[in-house]
Amino acid sequence: MKLWDIAHARTGDKGNISNISLIVHDLRDFALIEEKVTAEAVKNWYQDLVKGQVIRYELPQLGALNFVMYDALGGGVTSSTALDKHGKTLGAYLLEMPL
Amino acid sequence: MSKQIKSSIKIGSGAGYSGDRLDPALELMKRGDLDYICFEGLAERTIALAQKSKMADPSKGYNELLTYRMEQLLPLAHKNKIKVITNMGAANPSAAKMAVAGQAEKLRLKGLKIAAVLGDDIYGNIKTYMDLPILETGRPLASLKGKILSANAYLGYGGIVEALVNEADIIITGRVADPSIFLAPMVFEFGWNMNQIEKLGIGTLVGHLLECAGQVTGGYFADPGKKEVPELWNLGFPYVQIDRSGQGYVSKLDGTGGLVTRATCTEQLLYEIHDPRHYITPDCVADFSNVEFNEIEKDKVSFTGATAKQPTDTYKVSVGYRNGYLGEGQMSYGGTNGLQRALLAKEVVQKRLARLPFPIEELRFDLIGINALLDQGLPSGSPIEVRLRVAGKTGTAQQAQRLANEVETLYTNGPAGGGGASKNVEEIISIASILVPKKDIDISIEYLNI
Repeated sequence: MKLWDIAHARTGDKGNISNISLIVHDLRDFALIEEKVTAEAVKNWYQDLVKGQVIRYELPQLGALNFVMYDALGGGVTSSTALDKHGKTLGAYLLEMPL
Repeated sequence: MSKQIKSSIKIGSGAGYSGDRLDPALELMKRGDLDYICFEGLAERTIALAQKSKMADPSKGYNELLTYRMEQLLPLAHKNKIKVITNMGAANPSAAKMAVAGQAEKLRLKGLKIAAVLGDDIYGNIKTYMDLPILETGRPLASLKGKILSANAYLGYGGIVEALVNEADIIITGRVADPSIFLAPMVFEFGWNMNQIEKLGIGTLVGHLLECAGQVTGGYFADPGKKEVPELWNLGFPYVQIDRSGQGYVSKLDGTGGLVTRATCTEQLLYEIHDPRHYITPDCVADFSNVEFNEIEKDKVSFTGATAKQPTDTYKVSVGYRNGYLGEGQMSYGGTNGLQRALLAKEVVQKRLARLPFPIEELRFDLIGINALLDQGLPSGSPIEVRLRVAGKTGTAQQAQRLANEVETLYTNGPAGGGGASKNVEEIISIASILVPKKDIDISIEYLNI
């Protein structure tokens, strides 16, 4: 099973900070992602891409985690030379994480 | 002046970014029984680019689509008595106001009051703030190497509410925080203020849910087989119905595509939010940590649990500055052994660029389809096509052009079978943020009656 089977995600950017929401389709799966998808696991998942720290916020009533990833966007949308300057595609990659 | 007291209002979202689709907004204005429609159209650096065009021509510097949009929507706003609020004034709300008036006259519309909210542009005083730390780097503003082009504060609802009190019908602003554009009509209609700070939290939630338009009605959401969105091609834009007590719901028009569910609302709730307990806007520090969504009917989701703390005493100011040039070139390779030829092309360009007599910063070699978005190494199999992308930063446009040319010239100077070359050179306008005391900024409003 991978995260995609039980959760969805949306990615946003502010400057050089990326944030990814991870939301379970069924609230009963929240405990599982809360346990498995730690800030540390996410930091390891993106390896060199996220140069700063990852902070996780929890919203159990919505079945949602919010990951804030610092120094993750090559300077951010107004300065990066990347194809996806906003890092909008990062969240879909998180859903590949095996559980 | 007597204002009809409304117990509840309906606010539509007409645009989620500067180039957004217009048809869904017009549909909302036709059939939505709206009181207000707000168009958000000002990304972080849009205003710096607009400032450049204002410098070249003082009658320009507002959103390029403004006149087209106004031509389409003014008759509906006039006929259905819908107030229009937008930050499409960008670097020049005053000129935008004249452009809107010009369109109204062309359409022979009478009896509209157009307002331009000014005060966000503090470029004239930027020298005063050179010692302030840049939020992104912690270093003083003076440390920026490139020339500063613009400085705009994210204003709150204040100027817009004042324009509404003075019975403006069309309100054009420059930089205003996205949620504040939507919060303003609630503050005006319901008399909310700083003493009911939790109400400002609710209104900020509404603004945040609406500010990206289709992103809460099923846009940017569909994932076939997992998250199906009905008739995405016909995506409807959202509106919120809200009453004085702060109770309300998000919905969209019947007969439009898309969907409004707890899932779409939750994705948008957390979109570009960091700590959900501290979402700082000019109007308040909103707390979304206890927000709940309830699907009360099909495509109708109520929200509860938003609150707020008192606002900070500073405005965030976006400072736009010149940051060199981006040079970019692309070339595709396909068929048998295409990946190996793309890798050879990469090596060739890398060596040629290394011999150029100027520095290139943040040079990247991407294989689009393989590692351009996220580098997971090369595939074990042979993809049937791959596109090489080379991008880097240079000091001048000519240098960026040299970089891009080193990709295009792979045609006759590189591996076999390259095709579909493209190149792109653009100036990089970057943004640095500082916090400026609110007391330094004076808001003023210009009006024009037609």
